[in-house]
Amino acid sequence: MSNIIVLVKQVPDTNARIVLSGDRVDLSAVKKVMSPYDEFAVETALQHREANGGEVTAITVGDAGADKVLKDAKAIGVDHIVRIDSSESHDSNALQTVLASVVKSMDASVVYCGKSAADTGAGSTGPGLAERLGWASVSNSISVSFGEQLSVVTPSAGGNARYTVPLPAVVSCDKGDMKVRKPNVKGIMQAKRAKVDVQTVDAPASTVSIVSHSMPPAKPAGKSYDGGAAAAEVAQLLRDEANVI
Amino acid sequence: MSETIVIAEIVKGAVHSTTAELITAAQALGSQPVVIVPCTDAGTADGASGMSGASRIVAAKSDVFANYDAAGWAAALDAVAPSGVIIASASPQSKDLAARIAARRGISVVQDVVKIDGHNLTSPIYSGKAMQTVALSGDAVLTVRPNVFDAAPTGGSTEISVVDTTGDMATAVQEFMARASSRLDVAEANIIISGGRGMGSPDNFVHLESIADTLGAAVGASRAAVDTWESIPHSMQVGQTGKTVNPNLYIAVGISGAIQHLAGMRSSKYIVAINKDADAPIFQHADYGIVATWEEALPVLQSTLSAMMA
Repeated sequence: MSNIIVLVKQVPDTNARIVLSGDRVDLSAVKKVMSPYDEFAVETALQHREANGGEVTAITVGDAGADKVLKDAKAIGVDHIVRIDSSESHDSNALQTVLASVVKSMDASVVYCGKSAADTGAGSTGPGLAERLGWASVSNSISVSFGEQLSVVTPSAGGNARYTVPLPAVVSCDKGDMKVRKPNVKGIMQAKRAKVDVQTVDAPASTVSIVSHSMPPAKPAGKSYDGGAAAAEVAQLLRDEANVI
Repeated sequence: MSETIVIAEIVKGAVHSTTAELITAAQALGSQPVVIVPCTDAGTADGASGMSGASRIVAAKSDVFANYDAAGWAAALDAVAPSGVIIASASPQSKDLAARIAARRGISVVQDVVKIDGHNLTSPIYSGKAMQTVALSGDAVLTVRPNVFDAAPTGGSTEISVVDTTGDMATAVQEFMARASSRLDVAEANIIISGGRGMGSPDNFVHLESIADTLGAAVGASRAAVDTWESIPHSMQVGQTGKTVNPNLYIAVGISGAIQHLAGMRSSKYIVAINKDADAPIFQHADYGIVATWEEALPVLQSTLSAMMA
């Protein structure tokens, strides 16, 4: 029996329009959802439990508003939900330090997370946490097989590589060919009643601080053409004007 | 004074040309970097010696570097790199490595940097729907997006020193499964041609593949195409829940330009859109927009390109 951990993060709906208010992103009107890659991590954690036994704990970092993402994970089937209480924005060092201290206290054998969060897109948390724990890690997994060790497939130059990964380990998950399970009515009812285990951990000061947000630079209007015959001219321009072919 | 360190980008055992862009990024932070080349054979570092702008080149030699393992590579490079700001490429592998090295040193990592202004670094967030500028105070590890910074000029002849290093490997490659087709993955390609649901049927992707072969390009797809057609795998998906790409040239065919898709490709250097709907949002982001069906446009594009590349 082993403890399986899955990290989840609440992010703005990926279909939402992002707007600014002054020099900061304004997310007040945006629906919050579980970061899409975290859904694959939850699914992988549940498959791990089915194959090897154990219990799955979902962990997030945030204020009480982030409880929803934990309830969503609970509805899908995780056993326990933990929120590390924080209302600050952390840099990667502060965030990973906090996560490492909670994971260390849990006697876990594996941590799954999304390959990156849909807000920052950084993908630093999985490998950074593994380094702090002294564990193996593989990022961008597209398939995991469970046993004494894990067998993890990840893209590599020119194809895919299958890695033998000894436990304990951190695996960050991409979609691959995975189909994620959806919550059923019983799961949703259980999630409503579930209690969030709120933990408080001291974080080191951040050395990377947000200065401002802005919109991406606008692109100058391009050239437009009517009719397929224009493809010949465009091909010439790609060579002679853009120099890209 | 601490140094700036560039970790050379290694692709299939050779120094990749992106490394010259990392040198330019390091210079934007205000110093001539030391370039560290992870290698099993010190000769690999010769591939960096012609890039001007480096203060010195270190061939970090270890058997660890034969196959990628995040833990082993991070330990072996940490042992060689002096303290300071470390810069690597924002490729999937190097982002993973950067995060591990930063954690090993107890410092922060800033991924996907596209602009450096003093100690202010700008990266896309929300898959490019907005930009975030952060201020660095202290050492950190940065990854820099390819095709953003100019490559440092060639013509240098920086001296190379060889340092033996090692680290404990945590994982082992069990097998390598080469892609069935010789075509590039969208994550690796400098030119991408993508199809959407406007292609009508997955069978019609053969026309995209044919142009891709002419250009040495990768073939991508929109989420709508991947979700609709089983034979179009997720590995081809460009967009927020697929791959984020920034090639030199992105050709979108039969793709309307959903916000989800734009988020994954809007930073491409040049964008060509072919769509029969003149109001499709993709045209607002295109350098060259052609209002036409793919049936009209692709044969013309194919024959012109074939003639040009012949």
